[in-house]
Amino acid sequence: MARPVSYNLIKKPLEGDISLVEMPDGSMGEGFFATSLDKVIGLARKNSIWPLPFATSCCGIEFMATMGSHYDLGRFGAERVGFSPRQCDLLMVMGTIAKKMGPVVKQVYLQMAEPRWVMAVGACASSGGIFDTYSVLQGIDQVVPVDVYVPGCPPRPEAIIDGVLRIQDLVGKESLRRRNGEHYKALLESYGIQ
Amino acid sequence: MALTNETIKARLTEKFGDQLSHVEEPYGMLTFEAPKELNLKVLNFLYDDEELKFRFLTDLTAVHYPDKKGRELAVVYHLHNMTDNIRIRFKVFTDISQPDIYTATGLFSAANWMERETYDFFGINFVGHPNLKRILNVEEMDYFPLRKEFPLEDQTRIDKDDEMFGRG
Repeated sequence: MARPVSYNLIKKPLEGDISLVEMPDGSMGEGFFATSLDKVIGLARKNSIWPLPFATSCCGIEFMATMGSHYDLGRFGAERVGFSPRQCDLLMVMGTIAKKMGPVVKQVYLQMAEPRWVMAVGACASSGGIFDTYSVLQGIDQVVPVDVYVPGCPPRPEAIIDGVLRIQDLVGKESLRRRNGEHYKALLESYGIQ
Repeated sequence: MALTNETIKARLTEKFGDQLSHVEEPYGMLTFEAPKELNLKVLNFLYDDEELKFRFLTDLTAVHYPDKKGRELAVVYHLHNMTDNIRIRFKVFTDISQPDIYTATGLFSAANWMERETYDFFGINFVGHPNLKRILNVEEMDYFPLRKEFPLEDQTRIDKDDEMFGRG
């Protein structure tokens, strides 16, 4: 009997035995390759992001699915989930953050070393979501600067992966001087961070 | 013989006479009201009496009735008799401009955190409480969120359009 739904109808042949990232633009000759330092460092950083999960509710469960074998965030070089803010590059805030939890999120952010990125996963972390009430922080961007917002309540693992890909995009294209610039300092200043 | 609502009512009337009012039995649970100055006397009597033995404070909370002038805040005690498995509900009312109620911490240790919670959300001042400060909300909060004059929504945010929420 035929199955009512068929998957993987389109054959996708492997491009090669090993999947490699694309080479940055540069000049190549016999025995050498020259490009800018920005691009090399960006390439290295974006393909080995260490996420720090800050999961408080159902979005955290979706993140667990994302890390699991089915969706496998390891395909994007981010399978090493660090539980120490000192070693991590990406703070992933997933779930409702109560006002009492706000200082904790900020503390964790402060403990991370530069360069650091922040992803707000789900409606609650992004805007307070359905919890428009006296006890809930109306979006974590009130206490820390956020790079990528992932919409959804909760977002599916595909959406979280999409968010990570956008973070990778930001990481790969970031100028090495950005974190020393006036603009960035003013941004941190607006959150009361030195 | 097991304790019944009638026996409790009779014992209370015998002790406090007509000071107790609003005696009701919604869904079979005896409910009554006393003047707020008497709250500890009533609780003590219910605790000490060899027949009544209401020695478990299951809940302590408050209700805000903005329309009842002079008795806006009700403090509600839920008591349980573990021997006969009977529960009663005891209320005292207070003016919102002077919400002072004697603390029950001397009688029930469980009242400590419950009174802090009631203070946190309704601003009831429990006179004699050893540590009356906020327990659940952030310490910087400068109002009592469950009083009816404060809207449920966070008033600090500007990005939500009132029209979209049916309150424009």
